[in-house]
Amino acid sequence: MTSQNDIEICVPSQPRYLCVVRAAVGMAVEKFGFVHEVRHAIQLVVDEALSNIIRHGYDGREDGPIRISLREIPGGNENDQAEIQIIIEDEAKQIDPRQIQGRELDDIRPGGLGVHLIKEIMDEVTYVPRERIGMRLTMRKFIDKSDLVQQEGPSV
Amino acid sequence: MTQQPLTEVAETLSDGIVVSIYGDIDLQRSPDLRIALIQHTEGSHGRLIVDLTSVSYMDSSGVATLVEVLQYQCRSGGSLILCNLQPNVQSIFEISKLDSVFNIVPDIDTARTA
Repeated sequence: MTSQNDIEICVPSQPRYLCVVRAAVGMAVEKFGFVHEVRHAIQLVVDEALSNIIRHGYDGREDGPIRISLREIPGGNENDQAEIQIIIEDEAKQIDPRQIQGRELDDIRPGGLGVHLIKEIMDEVTYVPRERIGMRLTMRKFIDKSDLVQQEGPSV
Repeated sequence: MTQQPLTEVAETLSDGIVVSIYGDIDLQRSPDLRIALIQHTEGSHGRLIVDLTSVSYMDSSGVATLVEVLQYQCRSGGSLILCNLQPNVQSIFEISKLDSVFNIVPDIDTARTA
């Protein structure tokens, strides 16, 4: 469920648009007011999620829609943290969420790192099959207020 | 407009080469990076020093490509050294606990003597 305050991006399932999404997500997180490290972390997890959808969900098919929704929840939770919530929906094949696992890091081989990175960086990660087709990935990141860029006060 | 190359042989050493990589490395560019690096190593048969000064972003597909190149180098009796990693790139190696698998050094001078 999205609200009027969400930032929404929709791209076809093509790797060449990953840089477009990265740029848009980076700008959005910057406008939310978070420091560079948070911006890079959010760009990386969205990139990894989209790459997995393109490669494994759509099996390389290039005409599948991917919708990304970003929401900033500035209010603060019980730990006085802000939150970034990201929802990514596709119309690709449905996968049992229990099968979506990062690989063991001791197993040194190419591939399989994307899910590990997502789970390592984000505080909550939930994969759910959508009602008719595709998957919904919901990710939440709680951020200390110290990771907000200090706003400059009015000049005196 | 001239497009920047993905890789370039920056220096030829007595026992290998220094290759610079340019630009973001993601799912779109990592297949080409894999081909380019393997081609470079086929000609050198020794140390491959990869200079990442000009890479400000890398995702897991880029890391996977470097794992492949590392394995290729090990099989062929060569080695792989990564240098000049920007903090964003360094962090992905740390999160994936591959910073202890790769030989990562701070700069090109250290890489030459590593």
